[in-house]
Amino acid sequence: MPAQVLSTAVARTPATLHRSRSWGLAFDDLARGWRQQELWGHLGWQDIKQRYRRSVLGPLWITISMAVTAIALGVLYAGLFGNRLEEQLPYILIGFIVWAFIGSSITEGAMVFIANERLIKHLPAPISVHVFRLIWRQTLFFGHNLLVYAVMLVVFPQPLSLASLAAVPAFALLMVNGFWAALLVGIVSTRFRDLPPVTVSVVQLMFFMTPIVWIYEDLLNSTNETIASRARLAELNPFLHYLEIIRRPMLGESFELRHWVVVLVITVLGWALTLVVLRNYRARVSYWV
Amino acid sequence: MASIEVRDASVDFPIFDAKTRSLKKAVLGVVGGRIGPNASKVVVVEALRGITLDLQHGARVGLIGHNGAGKSTLLRLLSGIYEPTGGTASVQGRVAPVFDLGVGMDPEISGYENIIIRGLFLGMTRKQMDERVGDIATFTELGDYLRLPLRTYSTGMRVRLALGVVTSIDPEILLLDEGIGAVDADFLRKARGRLTDLVDRAGLLVFASHSDDLLRDLCDTGIWLEHGQIRMQGPLDEVLVAYNNRGPGPKRRPPAGGGRR
Repeated sequence: MPAQVLSTAVARTPATLHRSRSWGLAFDDLARGWRQQELWGHLGWQDIKQRYRRSVLGPLWITISMAVTAIALGVLYAGLFGNRLEEQLPYILIGFIVWAFIGSSITEGAMVFIANERLIKHLPAPISVHVFRLIWRQTLFFGHNLLVYAVMLVVFPQPLSLASLAAVPAFALLMVNGFWAALLVGIVSTRFRDLPPVTVSVVQLMFFMTPIVWIYEDLLNSTNETIASRARLAELNPFLHYLEIIRRPMLGESFELRHWVVVLVITVLGWALTLVVLRNYRARVSYWV
Repeated sequence: MASIEVRDASVDFPIFDAKTRSLKKAVLGVVGGRIGPNASKVVVVEALRGITLDLQHGARVGLIGHNGAGKSTLLRLLSGIYEPTGGTASVQGRVAPVFDLGVGMDPEISGYENIIIRGLFLGMTRKQMDERVGDIATFTELGDYLRLPLRTYSTGMRVRLALGVVTSIDPEILLLDEGIGAVDADFLRKARGRLTDLVDRAGLLVFASHSDDLLRDLCDTGIWLEHGQIRMQGPLDEVLVAYNNRGPGPKRRPPAGGGRR
């Protein structure tokens, strides 16, 4: 046991805590993190290569496992719901690809500082570096999964148009939101260690509550009035809107303004909250981790 | 110009046990009112107290003190990993901390790749590291091993690699922690030259060690830390003499709750 002085102190707020708690330092953390692209860019790739090291197909396994899941579930649910495969399979596939990004950004976000404890305690770096690395890794996964989407377009052509390019800003929004979510959940989880398992459960639950395997519009247009009215409740689920802004253009469906509005509002609110937390607790992460 | 200015800085660690770190406890504590005076108290370790330092370009400082005196914590404070919980610490210049040679090393990738990554961690760019790879390869004498994954290396080989990278960088402020001496004697003799060169290149050095010889090689001033406070600060030789003559026993506090030895 180190021979420091042990003392029991009631919560105290010394002068320097206020000095560490500044907007300038919070934004500086984000800016410096962004500038270390070489580092997190390299580490993000490393994470992926690491996972498939010594396997013959390497990162292609990401693509293959996504393809297998989507085909299996597409066939299964097309049968269960009595839908046509050429509708069900593309829907499920895109849902899975997008959810993989959203879900992992949040669940891995809960561990983003805890898992990097050694790095945080040994190398001075802005804490945002770890979040950039996480989002970059998830983006690379997303890129690998897009290959499946490309193949799907050949087998089941979608009515894509110029409007489908809306998927690009939509994915940018997913990244921007994934970033604040991971940063926020990451900081709070570092202090409260119950949060990571809670996060995993909630994300899992949201997977079922969000129209990924079930087709939202089919239920809305159901002849059964009860089902149709219940389906409308799904609008309250923010993940629905995140999914729709990117899935609709990827399926060549029409532009729905309300999904974008909801996402933009949550983006602003989420970042505002995250910046407050970052400002107040950025300097505490290395103490808590 | 590199400089370090620390004013009355302290570092307090909150020690959360399973109970206080749980969200349930915090939420219930707020909602349910006071559970009792102890519920809101967090045990705090005062790792550093009242540290005041003024180091300018050219300073070569050795940190001396027994285990747990706060040497590593002070190095982390100077590197910016810990922001002080009291007082201020301002550090100007690019910091290269060398605390644990293993951090940032990936056993599954080759020695070459590890050299690059380790350099990126120390604030170098990829291009700068590509230029240094050859030099590091010669110094470490690892030869073709550099193409093999790091997990095939012995401990000594890993240390060589890490030292090779560390001594190839150009830091403004170099913070060295003890433990880098864990290499075989021959190699250390070779590494000393590089280490001295590195220290000469750096604008400012703070080195924590238990080895008087290494300290004398690299430093000219000494800081003696005890119980998280600066006990003595001055020319290295004087501080070392005072530290070595400190006498046994009374200065060390026994761990709380410990019985008689």
